[in-house]
Amino acid sequence: MRAICFYFQVHQPFRLRRYRFFDIGNNHYYFDDLANQSIMRKVAEKCYLPTNRLMYELIQEYGTRFKIAYSISGTALDQFELYAPDVLESFQKLVQTGCVEILGETYSHSLSALKEKEEFFHQVRLHSEKIERLFGVKPTTFRNTELIYSDHIGQMVYELGFKGMLTEGAKHILGWKSPNYLYCSAIEPRLKLLLKNFRLSDDIAFRFSNRGWSEWPLTTEKYVSWLNAIDHRQEIVNLFMDYETFGEHQWADTGIFEFMRYLPKAVFAHSNYEFVTPSEAIEKLDPVAPIHVPYPISWADEERDLTAWLGNDLQDDAFNHLYQLYPKVKHCNDMQIQKDWLYLQTSDHFYYMCTKWFSDGDVHKYFNHYDTPYEAYINYMNVLSDFELRLNEAVGSDTITVKAKEKPVTRFKPSTIVQPGTELIYPENFEQEQSQKKTKAKTKKSTPTKTKSSSKSTKKSKETNKKSKSKKE
Amino acid sequence: MRVLMFGWEFPPHITGGLGTACYGIVKALAKQRVNVIFVVPRLFGGEDHKSAYLVNASDVEINERNFNYEEYWNYIKYYEIGSSLIPYVGPEDFLRLIGSQTTVNTFFDEKVFRAKYQFSGKYGESLYAEVSRYALIASALAKDYPHDVIHAHDWLTYPAGMTAKKTSGKPLVVHVHATEFDRSGENINQYVYDIERKGMEAADKVITVSHLTRKYVIERYGISPDKVVTVHNAVEPVDIEKIYQNKGFPEKLVTFLGRITFQKGPDYFVEAAYKVYQKDPNIRFVMAGSGDMLPRMIRRVAHYRMGHKFQFAGFLKGEEVYRLFSISDVYVMPSVSEPFGISPLEAMRSNVPVIISKQSGVSEILTYAIKVDFWDIDALADAIYALTHYDGISRMFKRHGREEVDNLKWDNSAKKLIEIYQSLIHT
Repeated sequence: MRAICFYFQVHQPFRLRRYRFFDIGNNHYYFDDLANQSIMRKVAEKCYLPTNRLMYELIQEYGTRFKIAYSISGTALDQFELYAPDVLESFQKLVQTGCVEILGETYSHSLSALKEKEEFFHQVRLHSEKIERLFGVKPTTFRNTELIYSDHIGQMVYELGFKGMLTEGAKHILGWKSPNYLYCSAIEPRLKLLLKNFRLSDDIAFRFSNRGWSEWPLTTEKYVSWLNAIDHRQEIVNLFMDYETFGEHQWADTGIFEFMRYLPKAVFAHSNYEFVTPSEAIEKLDPVAPIHVPYPISWADEERDLTAWLGNDLQDDAFNHLYQLYPKVKHCNDMQIQKDWLYLQTSDHFYYMCTKWFSDGDVHKYFNHYDTPYEAYINYMNVLSDFELRLNEAVGSDTITVKAKEKPVTRFKPSTIVQPGTELIYPENFEQEQSQKKTKAKTKKSTPTKTKSSSKSTKKSKETNKKSKSKKE
Repeated sequence: MRVLMFGWEFPPHITGGLGTACYGIVKALAKQRVNVIFVVPRLFGGEDHKSAYLVNASDVEINERNFNYEEYWNYIKYYEIGSSLIPYVGPEDFLRLIGSQTTVNTFFDEKVFRAKYQFSGKYGESLYAEVSRYALIASALAKDYPHDVIHAHDWLTYPAGMTAKKTSGKPLVVHVHATEFDRSGENINQYVYDIERKGMEAADKVITVSHLTRKYVIERYGISPDKVVTVHNAVEPVDIEKIYQNKGFPEKLVTFLGRITFQKGPDYFVEAAYKVYQKDPNIRFVMAGSGDMLPRMIRRVAHYRMGHKFQFAGFLKGEEVYRLFSISDVYVMPSVSEPFGISPLEAMRSNVPVIISKQSGVSEILTYAIKVDFWDIDALADAIYALTHYDGISRMFKRHGREEVDNLKWDNSAKKLIEIYQSLIHT
């Protein structure tokens, strides 16, 4: 028996209202309630409610043979509570069937894993608590924002007590390997990894309604024949996609609902696949190999990297300044500030500032309510300025004088593509090289803390070097 | 005395400093009992373009701040002509200006113009056609309405002034608010330059807004010096007590306000801001306005990682300008080239100390202002730092600056203009 693992992402951000320069310090409300409510209601009617009904019917029909998993961000849950309690109820009904797994993630769908370990932990725990409160289950498998994963993030996730994690089956990471197996983290082998089969996932999520696509129209028979064409030794096909695929990205009249309704039937009739949840897959299967991911990957765009959220000056300025406020936020007990802090971290805010309109521009534009990335940046920075003022008032600008240094997020560089079989380039080595360059330049200025951290990294890199050497031998 | 005056904008439809200047001039002239027939091209969509039409002066809606000059309006006739002349015509600006005008001018159909003018190069061909058509209408007006002197503001109206002169034979005064060199640097548009030169040559007197511009007119357009006279601009008095804006943050605020284009030197402001920011991060900067250089400025600010202290307020109009001034601690105008520059006067009137570039006409008449070369970002940063940190100098500037500006009255400028008119009529 081989397995199909469905996971759907449910997320809505708290969009910001037009926040003008004159509002700074005068008006502390940042969110566009009308837009948030109307979009939530629209998506609820077009996607969440009908799709949940469909899934429920399928589970009723096939009993425990049909299983799926959801990851629902904390901001989406908050919006359900505010604007769509009916949607929340239908999710609860689904979870009660026992055929639905809820995954863990960061509360505000944030990029905190790339920047602040403490904040990341805090958010994951917040989210788990919320899930437990609403659904009565505790997430055991983790999905990071936009499937962002790196060795370092894997380590943190294991530390949080998760046994497995979902991420992208990015080509430049896998090389010749197939995503259709269970893998484990190279640094923390006890953490299992499920990799998205992006071809088969995107056939449903992106290409389904594309009439220019040579395989259009996609039928369940055709799809099952593709599943059958996969080498029979391969164990699991991970179909990960946005839940809004149903009814929102692919409208109802494209036949997406019918496709989903008859897919299980076709699978059971014409193949030897079964449906599993991520935690079952991790339980059942044995990892075939470790996966090295020195630079963060994600499921976005052709590049499968972070450039949709970080990388241009606008994004980096906003992102870095946001997390420079963290030491103060930590000491702040004001509930409203804490809440705004969460909502401001949502990755969508940085997505709106993305300037690479050319290759994946259509997808970006679809989600974006700003005319230009510049507008998005200006608006966000105005809000952030006001937030900082409130924060200083609440904590006192002098009590903690932290001049946080901008620490670059390690990013995948195209020039260092890891070809299968070649020596891996570790971020530690990369950082060390850089810091060596820097210390050469400023030999006099180096502080004791710096030397400590650099000696640590050298130790690590030595270890890893040893490892790789022993591998060679 | 009756003056036939050609302008291109008039309150409340203002897009730039020139509308404000025309307004000040016309009002002050009316006060001195001079009859003014003011003609402006106006943006209309489906309007019949062949007809000029008359707007009764009492119907003209003036929502200028403290307007109480109704009685003088009897001396002003106000015409609007269906046309699409726009003062600061860069291709990007053109569309933006049209966009901003729609808010005040409700019966204006934006789409028609977008479709009509696909500005791809510098000035569209159709703009030249508009200029010529305006000139044709001008000649008709000159025939119908008796006048003693013709007064034309800037190049778009020079052909109108010249044809009017041809028709009525009355003396022509051209008023140079800006030259092509101010707008485009050294890469001038030859067509515009030619119109400017012809207009100045045909004129009986050329009025410049500053000595700096006068020098340009003499040296670059080859106009005889005794024909060129400087009449400085002034500023409307305003009741700033009525303007209230709560300042929501503790930092000192340094303001840039103007079109974000090459001419205004916004890049020097950003560079200087970064220098100050490094020294003292507790100063806030704001750049208000829009223009073709805005995206570059945003990228620059983000690159310097000071987006949380450097805000962009967008295009401000009317009262918003004074609201911004009322919370500003320093106003900076680092213009690369500025024939005059009214906005520092407006800032000073709101008790804001100003830093202006030496390359601006307004620096000729101000003493209580810091003057720097526009390219000298160190000096600019130094001045910003001083005005935000040393109370002595900022207090002095506030007190005496207000006085200085209050003495700059349009009435004085109008008196000079009347002298010029009279000398032309009587010779």
